[in-house]
Amino acid sequence: MARTPISFTLNGSTADLFVEGGENLLDALRRGLGDLTPKYGCGQGACGTCTVLIDGRPQLSCLTLAEAVAGRSVETAASLAEGPDLHPLQDAFMEGFAAQCGYCTPGMLMAAKALLAENPTPTREEVAEGIAGNICRCTGYEPIIDAILAAAERMRGRAA
Amino acid sequence: MSIIVETFDTLAEAARAIGGDGRYLGGGTLVMRAANYGDQSFRRIIRVRDQGLRRIAAAGDRIEIGAGATMADVMASRDLAFLEPVARAIGGPAVRQMATVGGNLFAAHPYGDFATALLALDGKARMADGRETPLEELLARRDGAGLVASVSIARPRDGEFRFRKVSRVKPKGVSVMAIAAWLPGAPGRIAGARVAFGAMGPAPARARAVERALEGAALDESGIARALAAATEGLDPPDDPLASAWYRREVAPVHLRRLLLEDGRR
Ligand SMILES: Cc1cc2nc3c(=O)[nH]c(=O)nc-3n(C[C@H](O)[C@H](O)[C@H](O)COP(=O)(O)OP(=O)(O)OC[C@H]3O[C@@H](n4cnc5c(N)ncnc54)[C@H](O)[C@@H]3O)c2cc1C
Ligand code: FES
Ligand code: FES
Repeated sequence: MARTPISFTLNGSTADLFVEGGENLLDALRRGLGDLTPKYGCGQGACGTCTVLIDGRPQLSCLTLAEAVAGRSVETAASLAEGPDLHPLQDAFMEGFAAQCGYCTPGMLMAAKALLAENPTPTREEVAEGIAGNICRCTGYEPIIDAILAAAERMRGRAA
Repeated sequence: MSIIVETFDTLAEAARAIGGDGRYLGGGTLVMRAANYGDQSFRRIIRVRDQGLRRIAAAGDRIEIGAGATMADVMASRDLAFLEPVARAIGGPAVRQMATVGGNLFAAHPYGDFATALLALDGKARMADGRETPLEELLARRDGAGLVASVSIARPRDGEFRFRKVSRVKPKGVSVMAIAAWLPGAPGRIAGARVAFGAMGPAPARARAVERALEGAALDESGIARALAAATEGLDPPDDPLASAWYRREVAPVHLRRLLLEDGRR
C-alpha cells in the first residue's frame, strides 16, 4: 500500500506521520496521531463534528486529503485549553449547558473559534450562520448560540 | 481499496494524468466524500500545487476567476462583490473554505448554485490546454470535458445581477432550485437578458424562452407576464427527495417573479 510521509504543525508542535493514499485528515489525526478530539459523524461534510482549523480557517477534516496539509498548520479542540485553564468558549459551553452528549462539541468549538477570530462582535444571526455547518441533535442550538455570545463578550473584556 | 495520490506542479501536467481511473481533486468536498465511501470509479487522485489557480483578476468589462478559487475567496474579493450572496448560499462556513469554483461546475444535481450564476453572467471556461469553451457547452457535456483553469464572466453593472436560491433548510441547505439573472438595462427596459436555473435539470441550464420574453420588457407585472408563463420551457426538472418535478414546475414562476420584481429593490 502506498504510504507517504508528511509533516505539518498540529496545535503548535510538529507532527510527522505516514499517510495512506486517499486517507483523510480526520483519520490521520485520530488513527495516526492519537488526537481524538475531532469526531467522525458522517464522513461526507454534513455534520461538522470533524471541523478543524487549517491555517486558521475552518475546514472539514473528513473531506481534507491528509497529504494536502503538509507544511500547513492544523488546530483541533485539543489546542483550546492551556493546562488546567479552559478556553473561554469551553467555559461558556460548560456553564451554559451547551453540551449534552458532547459529540458535536469539538466541531462547534472550532467553528466558533474561527468565527470569533474573524468577527469578535457577532450578532445572534451571525453566530447561527457561523455554526450552520455543524449539527447538534441534543441541545436545540439555543444554549450553544448563547454560550458563543457569552464567550465573545468575555474574550472582548479580556482583550480590552 | 488503496488510492494513489499524484501531485503535479501545473494544471497542464495534471490534465495529461486525468481520465481512466484518475479523478482531479479541487477542494475535495465531493471527491473525498466519494473516496470515504469506497467509490470504485477512481483509483488515482490527481492534484495540483499551483496556487495561481486561485487568482481572481478583473480585466476590462470581464473578470477571470481561477478554478481553484474557493467560495470564501469569492466572498473576500471586492471585484466579485455581486457574487458574494451566491457564494454565501453554498454550504456552511467550512464547506465554503474548501468548495472551489471549478468543482462547482462539475458537481452533480442538486449542486451547482455557483455554476448557475456563472452561466447567467456569460461564463466562458478556459481549459487547461488554453481553449475557451462557453459554460453552456461545458455544462451540457461535462463527462470527459477536461480540466478547467479559470472562468471568465461579464462584470454586470450595479443592480443588473440577481440570484435567488430556494431551499428548505436555512441558512444552509441544498437547492430546490436556484435562479440567476443578468438583466442589462435593469431597472429600466431589459436588453439581452441571460437567465439560468440550477437544480432544474441534470446541470444548470439557460432559460432561453424567459430571456426572449424579457427582451425590451419593463420589470413590472405586465412586463414580465410572458416570461413567467415561459419559466420552465425547455427545462427538465427532476424528481428527487427535496421536491418533485411537478412541484418544481409549479413554483418556478413564483420564484422567478420574486427575483424579477422584488430582489432588485433596495
Ligand atoms: C455539506 C455540503 C453542502 C454543500 N452545499 C452545496 C450548495 O449549497 N450548493 C452547491 O452548489 N454545492 C454544494 N455542495 C457541493 C460542493 O461542495 C460544491 O459544489 C463545490 O463547489 C464542489 O467543489 P470542490 O472543489 O469541493 O469539488 P471536488 O470534490 O474537488 O470535485 C468535484 C468534481 O469536479 C471535478 N473538478 C474539480 N475541479 C475541477 C477543474 N478545475 N476542472 C475540471 N474538473 C474539476 C472533480 O474531478 C470532481 O469530479 C455541498 C457539499 C457539502 C459536502
Ligand atoms: S464527519 Fe466530517 S462533516 Fe461529518
Ligand atoms: S450535544 Fe449531543 S449532538 Fe450536540
